[in-house]
Amino acid sequence: MNYFKGTSDYVLSPELRDNVNVSIELGRPLLVKGEPGTGKTLLAHSIARGLSKELMIWNIKSTTKAREGLYVYDTVQRLNDARFGDKDISDISQYIKLGKLGESFAADVQMVLLIDEIDKADIEFPNDLLNELDEMSFYIPETGVTVKAKNRPIVIITSNSEKELPDPFLRRCIFHYIEFPDEKLMEDIIYVHFPRVEEKLLRESLKKFYWIRQFDMLRKKPSTSELIDWIQALMAGGLAPSRIEKELPFLGTLLKKKEDVDLVAQSGSTHYAYNSSARTRNVY
Amino acid sequence: MFINFFYNLKSYGVPVSLHEWITLHHALEKNLNDCSLTRFYHIARSILVKNEIFFDKYDLAFLDTFKDIETTDEMLEKILEGLKKVKELHLSEEEKKMIDELDLDEVLRNFEEQLRQGHYKEHVGGNKAIGTGGRSTQGAWGYNPAGIRIGQGESRHKRAVQIAEKRTFKNYSSTITLDTRQMKVALAHLRALLPISPEEKLNLEETIETTSRNAGEIELVWENKEKKAAKVILMMDVGGSMTPYARLVERLFSAASSQISRFKHYYFHNCPYQDLWVDIERRDTTSLSDMLKSEDGDYKLILVGDAEMAPSELTWKNGAIDYWYHNDTAGIVWLQRIRDKFKDSIWINPLPRRSWDYVQSTRMIKEIFPMFELTLEGLDEGVRHLMKGRVLSLSSK
Repeated sequence: MNYFKGTSDYVLSPELRDNVNVSIELGRPLLVKGEPGTGKTLLAHSIARGLSKELMIWNIKSTTKAREGLYVYDTVQRLNDARFGDKDISDISQYIKLGKLGESFAADVQMVLLIDEIDKADIEFPNDLLNELDEMSFYIPETGVTVKAKNRPIVIITSNSEKELPDPFLRRCIFHYIEFPDEKLMEDIIYVHFPRVEEKLLRESLKKFYWIRQFDMLRKKPSTSELIDWIQALMAGGLAPSRIEKELPFLGTLLKKKEDVDLVAQSGSTHYAYNSSARTRNVY
Repeated sequence: MFINFFYNLKSYGVPVSLHEWITLHHALEKNLNDCSLTRFYHIARSILVKNEIFFDKYDLAFLDTFKDIETTDEMLEKILEGLKKVKELHLSEEEKKMIDELDLDEVLRNFEEQLRQGHYKEHVGGNKAIGTGGRSTQGAWGYNPAGIRIGQGESRHKRAVQIAEKRTFKNYSSTITLDTRQMKVALAHLRALLPISPEEKLNLEETIETTSRNAGEIELVWENKEKKAAKVILMMDVGGSMTPYARLVERLFSAASSQISRFKHYYFHNCPYQDLWVDIERRDTTSLSDMLKSEDGDYKLILVGDAEMAPSELTWKNGAIDYWYHNDTAGIVWLQRIRDKFKDSIWINPLPRRSWDYVQSTRMIKEIFPMFELTLEGLDEGVRHLMKGRVLSLSSK
């Protein structure tokens, strides 16, 4: 019985934990969405560690085809080998290479399969995998072999919602939307990364971080990973927490666009300034 | 009993299918929600709702269906105050058998009886009353298959309704005008305008040629098969009442422009006349009639503006809002010329749809261009309209 409790290096909400277990129990893929930097990809790593299973990662690119995940028939290699006659090329199966999905089916033990950023691929991509994910098997016509999953892999799919995913595919998934962590949860996350962070520094930097995130006009809002970088820089810099409040050091680790830095710097001098959208609009 | 939840979801506009509803029942059958309404709330949401923009509607439907459950839960909460955790009880097989024979109805009756008599206070262990860890039919962490489980450590029942009441996801709802946070999502919708990624194709002749030149060493020559990409012209109102939106819209489209193969943008104030600005500061101009002559008609045209102006700006000669500007042809004629030139065109309006009919100029422009709201849903509809082509817009008139 697989029951995922979470791991010490990954902070997760009870709802997400429940949803992971529901998806394992029902044998459905878990589709995870959320702002960048909310730990979608790390979730799969944590599940694999928590259940002590092997993790297999299938990174999706815009050119990825669904079939590549199942298997690739290397015809060019076969053609090359045919020229010398030193190999038996009538055995096609040696030119069939299983893809990530195929490998996770064929493995002797249950795997955790991460299909990362599924929305990068062609819009039809998820539909092409429907049957394979439902039946957990596929047929290779070249060799007449059916690859069937010995153990249903635990499938985690992440999406940045760059494209809409097709409905038939969504119907088969369990869906979880990772909300941006609130201050309390964020504190836990920071402690996982920096167990010895000074409390005052943490409090000040979180306060500033959520204050910056409030700006409506930011082109790119800082995410968790940027906050972690920032705190690391602050700790390495050995600055007094009181200075964070006044002058926002190392702002470049939080904000990656010049316009954003300007925007924050202009409103920055008054920390307790009322940050309404009308005010931020005035900056333009 | 709670099939009405399904219909409530549907009537609130959450797209749920029977497929998902059955999956939910599989989950309930396995007791994955652990008899807790809060966990039911989250699990049902993860199974039934596949897009965060429907979370708010889900909350509303959930409230509608389960709000009455509160009253019994308050009673439960009272009981739970008196419960304490103890270790689980281990029973022999014989004892387990005895307990198996208990009838659920009887247990329920007994439960209510006990409750009425106030037996529930601070009870731990024992065989009869409500408590924890005992053989009794009531309480948590006990062993009795026919028993009633009343929560573990805390009531999770009432909380579900409270969570739904909070409506945290209101902002994710798709009918709210775009703010910066949603721009990324909006961009995703614009991607429908983009071509599908170019496919690689084997160039057979070149391959044979190079392979023979290599004395038989096989070398494959691939070439990119160009697919027809969408070409987009954006014309935007950047004066007066549109100022707050101008930057937003420009960013929206300029971010998309890197991926649209041919992207052009022009600016106007309230209504386009014979000249169009090519920069947002309105310094350099280009002639509209030249533009109409030189551009291909298969550009997809997107006009953005609030369409709010004096009717004279549309219908009069020299009606332009800027007094120094003289136009020999009325604005509405220019708009019609633009419409006739481009096969597919839409007008995107940042003002909410309900206000459109109150403004005369908006009504007039709406008759020329199909108009959509500057919301996620509106953009979606608009893009779909652009992709479908003109057939649809003619038939809908």
